[in-house]
Amino acid sequence: MELKKISKINGPVIIATGEDDFAMHDLVYIGKNNLMGEVIKLEGKSATIQCYEDTSGMKIGEEVKSSGGPLELSLGPGMIGQVYDGIQRPLNELERINGAFIPKGIITNSLDENKKWHFVPNLKIEDQVEYNFILGTVKETESITHKIMYSNSKKGKIIEIVPEGDYSINEIIAKIQTEDGKIINATMVQKWPVRVQRPYKERLQANIPLLTGQRVIDSIFPISKGGTATIPGGFGTGKTMLQHQLAKWCDADIIVYIGCGERGNEMTQVLEDFPKLTDPRTGRPLMERTILIANTSNMPVAARETSIYTGITIAEYYRDMGYQVAIMADSTSRWAEALREISGRLEEMPAEEGFPSYLPSRLSEFYGRAGRTLNNNGTEGSVTIIGAVSPQGSDFSEPVTQNTRRFVHVFWGLDRDLAYSRHYPAINWMISYSEYISALEDWYDKNAQEDFLEYRGKIVKLLNEENELQEIAKVVGQDVLSDSKKLILQTTKCIREGFLQQNANSEIDTYVPLLKQYKMMKIIIDIYEYSNKLIDNGIPMSKIKTIGFFDEYPKIKNEVANIEMAKIDELSELYISKLEKIEEEYKEFDEKGWK
Amino acid sequence: MKTPKDIVFNEQVELILPNNEIRLGNVISMDENITTIQVYEGTNGISLDATKTVLKGKPISIKLSEKMLGRIFDGVGRPIDGLGEVISDIERDINRSSINPVSREYPRNYIETGISTIDGLMTLIRGQKLPIFSGSGINHNELANRIITNSNIGNNEKFAICFGLMGAEFETAEYFKNSLKENGTLSKVVMFQNLSNDPSIERILTPKVTLTCAEYLAFELGYHVLVILTDMTAYAESLREVSTLKGEIPSRKGYPGYLYSDLASIYERAGMIKGKEGSITEIPILTMPNDDISHPIPDLTGYITEGQIVLSRDLYQKGIIPPIDILNSLSRLMKDGIGEKYTRKDHSKISDQIFASYSKAQDVRALAKVLGENDLDELDRKYLDFANEFEEKFINQSLDERRNINETLDLALKILNILPKEELNKL
Repeated sequence: MELKKISKINGPVIIATGEDDFAMHDLVYIGKNNLMGEVIKLEGKSATIQCYEDTSGMKIGEEVKSSGGPLELSLGPGMIGQVYDGIQRPLNELERINGAFIPKGIITNSLDENKKWHFVPNLKIEDQVEYNFILGTVKETESITHKIMYSNSKKGKIIEIVPEGDYSINEIIAKIQTEDGKIINATMVQKWPVRVQRPYKERLQANIPLLTGQRVIDSIFPISKGGTATIPGGFGTGKTMLQHQLAKWCDADIIVYIGCGERGNEMTQVLEDFPKLTDPRTGRPLMERTILIANTSNMPVAARETSIYTGITIAEYYRDMGYQVAIMADSTSRWAEALREISGRLEEMPAEEGFPSYLPSRLSEFYGRAGRTLNNNGTEGSVTIIGAVSPQGSDFSEPVTQNTRRFVHVFWGLDRDLAYSRHYPAINWMISYSEYISALEDWYDKNAQEDFLEYRGKIVKLLNEENELQEIAKVVGQDVLSDSKKLILQTTKCIREGFLQQNANSEIDTYVPLLKQYKMMKIIIDIYEYSNKLIDNGIPMSKIKTIGFFDEYPKIKNEVANIEMAKIDELSELYISKLEKIEEEYKEFDEKGWK
Repeated sequence: MKTPKDIVFNEQVELILPNNEIRLGNVISMDENITTIQVYEGTNGISLDATKTVLKGKPISIKLSEKMLGRIFDGVGRPIDGLGEVISDIERDINRSSINPVSREYPRNYIETGISTIDGLMTLIRGQKLPIFSGSGINHNELANRIITNSNIGNNEKFAICFGLMGAEFETAEYFKNSLKENGTLSKVVMFQNLSNDPSIERILTPKVTLTCAEYLAFELGYHVLVILTDMTAYAESLREVSTLKGEIPSRKGYPGYLYSDLASIYERAGMIKGKEGSITEIPILTMPNDDISHPIPDLTGYITEGQIVLSRDLYQKGIIPPIDILNSLSRLMKDGIGEKYTRKDHSKISDQIFASYSKAQDVRALAKVLGENDLDELDRKYLDFANEFEEKFINQSLDERRNINETLDLALKILNILPKEELNKL
């Protein structure tokens, strides 16, 4: 059949006309340079294609060949520690081929085909297998055991499997006879279409927290493993910094970090930092659990659109092995803008602010792929999605923020004013929320402290009261407030500076375990409650201030290291005893002086 | 025009007019029958029949040489200083493919500008892109000029400036030219100027031409290049003009939906590459229409660049120069380029404290407006003193005063001491 030929070029959008039969979302190779593209619209004999690479230098009449299927990812050992572009081309490999600038029309293997992996079989001949059953394992990094899974949807039984030994990814490691008699050769690599969700057996409740070592998150607005969260914030509010902190310290097994349309230097920073940092749980370099997808703002826009799907499909693949995976997508606004840009080139009718009308459905589809699951092979895994949003002009009412908000359960709203006064992370506690609190109640009761959430509730309540008091103080001045109100303001100032603020650049403060967070909440609330009681008994605020606690508290986070957190209990005892002394003094005074 | 057989997308085209004048254009869209060419110098005098088109067979490119230093070119790279053509075998496409993120080197080395606000609070790092957001009528050119003159790059290193002027008034262009001559820096400068009376469509090429030149100097000859692009607002407006002419669907405020990608393709050309000596530091200058920082141009710029320096009309009217609004300004790469190894150990603590205290002082000012200064308590009054002193002594810096980093930090500490010790919890 005659091949389709280019009949129109408009930026990254190409129309090809001819006899050849294309299917929707087919991967195509365009022109003499074999640039990669994807079919996004079919009409009669012409196909509209988005090209993943720069189209300069293309001619009318050049041929377009279909690969006969959609863009597929190669999933197998060797992905961890890699840096891929939006269509899973390894950037290190591209650098080796073409130096510092990204070349056009290069097709590379996503995985190293020559490297030998030590395969340990898990099943034996005659064993029955179903989709995603684990054929064997390979040690991918020190901390990650990669499970080689049977990837065909038909049930079968193993008729041949290799013994333990070193194999490369394309060598046949097992032969499976399916129920209808076909023989399937299994290798260590499987192909999966980038836009298709990977199936699981059952969805489980997201009732285990993803601990991040960040106080304002773990203690105040926690997220579950398998949950969804969004971080909206204008530029300069610290979105990327927060994403980096989460990628560094959260207790997921695997991190997929998608740098989608963001700065090149930010990816470089990740590449420099992560190999140097160690995972607090395994003691291994963080890079050994991280997969990076880098499609910076100046890289082709169609590949940016795809990068989100590449990331989530890789995440689901590791979830299927029973790992807890977390995706950091920075930023989903750039992805939405890529949709808008392509939609504009297709001359589609725009909806809100020029975004296509299918924006909400694409967003819900993406966030819907998060979850904690029971897999077909009996393992339990999860995919947590944390998506940053960069609202235009910091206006949270714009379409991407608004639509994202509908589909996620945790909202960490970043605030410009907080960022300007260098309150980081600039999560505004008045507008942020987490819908997982009730689902996580059990976990906190059993695995943290029984009164953990009680203390949390008290902190949140105080912060709310502060907000109202600030309004009043603005009008009448702080001096006229009663002592108990002054105590609230004093306490919340401590909470803001000593608890909510966390310094990512400080070695002591960058990661804080849950127990220390608990102790930090407990000491401030205990002191507050005791002081409040004293104020009720007529002891003035000025006297309570003399114990020095309110000056001391903001320093705890920088001075008490995680390993010596018992010191906080000592401090608590010290200040409580000081308060007791004041109480005694006043009691004596009462008895002697007044009566 | 009708599509000829061999035309390629984004190809450079020369149009030869009946009077033998040559104009440049390039192919912006094409199908089997019709090719659309965008003509950079306007379509005045182009007739339908008598104009010949010559296809150059390649995308727009310019010739490059080290000898370009000290020269002045127009917005598309043709010499206008009367010193003749650039003779060179080296020719580069002005649309370069993007730097591979894994090949980048993370910028660390700082540049001392001699301006306290910048060095102390928003340190400029080599390889950074740090825009200046200004408003019309605020003298941002003076600030740019000051940065160029005072910037301290080690003596043994090669330093050059690539200057792209887009839609500049004649006076602005002359101002830069003259002051560069006066302080003897012109020999280090390559200047590309598209004046406000030049065809606006030509403006689209100016930043790309400037950056192509900068890349050659930085990554092939090992120069540390400072690229100054002014005014990006004029650039974006030209882009909107062309987009409208092409009949594209507009996005915010009529700007095309690809404005972000387009700006990124300019800004992201800054940086350092592993194993190469040179660096490109970009300072794009833009005027915020109506002083509105949420306007698409400053907004999208802020999302791409690594921070911003915002100028404030209030300070400018108070007579404080450079009128940098420190609370709105930020250098994202600062945290890794300061401290013991580069500037001073206490640098980050001092700057954090300044930001926190000055922001608190602004709240006090707002309160003072309502209550009157007399009703403030003593602490609040100290904050007011601090803010005034800070603006007059620290931000304000006369044109001939250059402060090195130690002087800057000591001054900051001195001013902070106006506040009682309990308030300085970041130090």
